Amino acid sequence: MILGAALAGLALIAAVLSFAWTPHDITQLAIADRLQPPSAAHPFGTDHFGRDILSMVMLGARVSIAVALVAVGIGAGVGVPLGLLAAAHRGGWLDDLVMRGNDLIFAFPSLVIAILITAVFGPSALNAIIAIGIFNIPVFARVTRGGALPIWTLDYIRAAEVSGKGTALISLQHILPNIANLLIVQGTIQFSLGILAEAALSYVGLGAQPPTPSWGRMLAEAQTMVTLAPHVAIIPGLCIVLTVLGLNLLGDGLRDALDPRLKVAR
Amino acid sequence: MIDLRDLSVTIRGTQVLRDVDLRLHPGSITGLVGESGSGKSMTALAIMGLLPHRAQIGGQVMLDGQNLLTMSEPALCKIRGRRIGMIFQEPMTALNPLMTIGDQVAEVLRIHHGMDRTAALARARERLDRVGLPDPRFPLTLYPHELSGGQRQRVAIALAIAERPDLLIADEPTTALDVTTQAQILDLLAGLVREEGMALLLITHDLAVVAGLADRVAVMKAGEIVEEGPTETLFRTRSHPYTHQLFAASRHAPSRHAPATGSPLLRIRDAVREYRLPGGDRLRAVDGVSLTIGRGESVGLVGESGCGKSTLTRAILGLDPLQGGTIALDGRQVMAGRRMPRDLRARMQVVFQDPFGSFDPRWRVARLVAEPFHLTDRPAGWRDRVGAALSEVGLHPDDADRYIHEFSGGQRQRIAIARALIIRPDLIVLDEAVSALDVRVRAQVLDLLAGLRRSHGLSYLFISHDLSVVRGITDRVLVMQKGRIVEDGAAEQVIDTPSAPYTRRLVAAMPRIPTDWVA
Repeated sequence: MILGAALAGLALIAAVLSFAWTPHDITQLAIADRLQPPSAAHPFGTDHFGRDILSMVMLGARVSIAVALVAVGIGAGVGVPLGLLAAAHRGGWLDDLVMRGNDLIFAFPSLVIAILITAVFGPSALNAIIAIGIFNIPVFARVTRGGALPIWTLDYIRAAEVSGKGTALISLQHILPNIANLLIVQGTIQFSLGILAEAALSYVGLGAQPPTPSWGRMLAEAQTMVTLAPHVAIIPGLCIVLTVLGLNLLGDGLRDALDPRLKVAR
Repeated sequence: MIDLRDLSVTIRGTQVLRDVDLRLHPGSITGLVGESGSGKSMTALAIMGLLPHRAQIGGQVMLDGQNLLTMSEPALCKIRGRRIGMIFQEPMTALNPLMTIGDQVAEVLRIHHGMDRTAALARARERLDRVGLPDPRFPLTLYPHELSGGQRQRVAIALAIAERPDLLIADEPTTALDVTTQAQILDLLAGLVREEGMALLLITHDLAVVAGLADRVAVMKAGEIVEEGPTETLFRTRSHPYTHQLFAASRHAPSRHAPATGSPLLRIRDAVREYRLPGGDRLRAVDGVSLTIGRGESVGLVGESGCGKSTLTRAILGLDPLQGGTIALDGRQVMAGRRMPRDLRARMQVVFQDPFGSFDPRWRVARLVAEPFHLTDRPAGWRDRVGAALSEVGLHPDDADRYIHEFSGGQRQRIAIARALIIRPDLIVLDEAVSALDVRVRAQVLDLLAGLRRSHGLSYLFISHDLSVVRGITDRVLVMQKGRIVEDGAAEQVIDTPSAPYTRRLVAAMPRIPTDWVA
């Protein structure tokens, strides 16, 4: 968990820091210094325009994290209430409506539709966020409903009903805290997938537009030079891998830390 | 013959079994009795060689002169199922839901003998016939979900005895079953022991079950066998104080004050509740039930699973609507859901059976106990009220800041009672509220309930499948069968001189300790 927090924190710090400071100005091209291997002046080397890769990675973290975070926010913000609603009216028409709507979205391959959306509305980071976010909704709705259904059958829900609480209050006070562990884990997974999806969209040129760097686009631009200067591809790739890994570890850790039953055991 | 000698087990520094000596003779039944956590099941697992890997084991488990504890895992696999069979408490999860019962029994035979499928199925047929699931009615192609709990337990027994083992271990085999089913399963087990000459180790918390069945009884406490001997002698003498305590607790009935014949509090008239079944048929779970509970009266509602008592309970609590008839609490109509006024709802509370599922694990006790205040608007001094309620049920006010997993089953049931008491209701519905508790804890909770009823003038509706529990705490007993009340009378009268045929069957099936052993 500490390792996960450290890795995720590093990516976040890099992103935040990039607003104020980067080692080099990335709009400044220096063709003479292109494709330099890592050195003291350029710790991660330079790319084919002679731009500092460390600075690019820091700026890229900003886009990648923002896209993934907002996309998870959209997914959880819409999906979780839908899932709770479906579970509260399990077996009823509302449940059917929500779940069949989910199936409808699930029926389309997500990345293809994301490409369609960005192709129609124009490639930009914002459209990438929306496209990725929409496909997070059914994931969260399904996980929420699946987690909530067995809890609805428990006696403490009966006790809450006997205490006169309605479905909304029970969902909020009893169901949601008890499926939080599921949602946190799902959230970190979706966050990782979001970073990957953004990378994929940027890779095909439908994400953040030049000159704004993102990890995916850096990979895309580096692919032709892999044999020539491998660090240009390896470094953004490594950033994606480590951030995703860090988030997954963090999610697992959070899940355990938030459970009062496990607190005493340790 | 199986012979346990000085068997000791330590797990993570805690000694769970200490110098257990036990001999299991062919053709005899040994009862192993104790409370939860006493090490009964651990003994069974030690015999099977199924202890957790981190367990440190001392002593010997001898089977025909071989020590099972020193055997290799592959050698043990040959013994498990073949020389030693085991059946568990929960028939619902002991079988694979995706395999037919025939294949499941046959699988055991195929593993140990490499029998071909046809021969194994023929043997499976014979074994299922033996456990009372005869051919035309119970073909091998049935799936577990097509069987009742008792029938599934029979399949589990067929699995365990498929290889005609020398020892059968039954760990609480009837605890999850109704009394009449329990009596049938116990009969079956006794018959198998006599006819096939196996040894049976019957693990249970219920003294009455072993009294009627076992040849010898061992009483276990905190990992040690404190007393062992022939059943009748042990029951008559009860030489160890712990045996004496268990015995007293299992027969415990709290002192009752004369039933207050107050005005009627709860009045149910011709209640009807139907369910639509998947096939399109309708099941009348509650079929024209009428009953009255007086103010300050304690009424028992007894029936076996599926009789409709849970459905009726949900209707009384205003959780499900009725399709016919009325329920009135103190003259005001009980309705389902939000249509029921909060102040009326506040006059009823409930305590459930399962001390583990009754509480949100993420809430502290203070918030759990205060939850019914939702109905009455939380008073200013609510924390003091929670503390007072906890004191009333014998806990400490400081327990309010702890989480529910820090409490034992009996303590949780006390917390459930505190939650029910906090808004001072008139009626508390106790839904199998003591069924999951050990006998000594059960006796304490029954005393607590009796005391609270005196001090607060409460009425109880005590729902149970077990007549013997109801007898101790209720003034009047209603017996329910197939959605109808078939008998209604004073508790003693219903149990001692039952009039309805169904009640007579229930009473006859009740395991009991012979009265002349008690003297």
